[in-house]
Amino acid sequence: MAGIVIAIILIAAGVFFLTVSVLGLLRLPDFYARTHAVGKSETLGTILVLGGLAVYNGWELSTAKILFILFFVLIASPTATHAVARAALRTGLQPWTRQKAAQKRKKAEQP
Amino acid sequence: MIKQHYQSIVIQTVCSLLIPFIQLFALYVIIHGHYGPGGGFQGGVLLAVSIILQRLYLGSKISYRKFSPKMALAFGAIGMLIFGFAGVVPLAFGGAFLDYENLPIFWVHGAELRALGILIVEIGIGLAVFGTLVLIFDSLVGERW
Repeated sequence: MAGIVIAIILIAAGVFFLTVSVLGLLRLPDFYARTHAVGKSETLGTILVLGGLAVYNGWELSTAKILFILFFVLIASPTATHAVARAALRTGLQPWTRQKAAQKRKKAEQP
Repeated sequence: MIKQHYQSIVIQTVCSLLIPFIQLFALYVIIHGHYGPGGGFQGGVLLAVSIILQRLYLGSKISYRKFSPKMALAFGAIGMLIFGFAGVVPLAFGGAFLDYENLPIFWVHGAELRALGILIVEIGIGLAVFGTLVLIFDSLVGERW
């Protein structure tokens, strides 16, 4: 019984973090901020959901498989985010700032 | 804009750690193909992905030295030959095309022989898909080899 409660709490927390990451992906202004949102909170959300599933499952073979998936997600997802953001920086994508956005808005309004 | 072009240690470490696991899982998918989900095509794609990941993080110069496109060509051809022989050899021993029960392996009989034939064909398909996908990647990148 206690295992089920812990699993529900973990999965609910994971769904919360996944929702936050989706909000960040939709609402944040530029590429770097979006990778920041997706890279951190999506990894944490996936880990929490998988950990909840592992707790719910108990000691079985499939739990070991879930833990393997958790481990590889934990390694691979931030690395992929790092690689993509690094490639963007090296090809010269400028980060978003408040001043640049304000200048662009002025230019668009003037003519 | 950053002008230095150095290799990222994070990507190198993680990729070199992940590639053996990907290859192990690919072998599992190929061997396990006739009991559960998976099979030759999926396992071959996973093997090819491990090599393509190596090409991406090492750069083509070093990666070609470790696994050259000619070797990929050879693997694809060997896989296709295995598939072809598993299809044609039963014809010579009095069966139909891909009729595994007539393969000339005389110490196995019946259903076991059929399972073994499926395994042989899966290995052939896996090798062929592996070589072909690596070759497609190398042709799309378009460097000389």
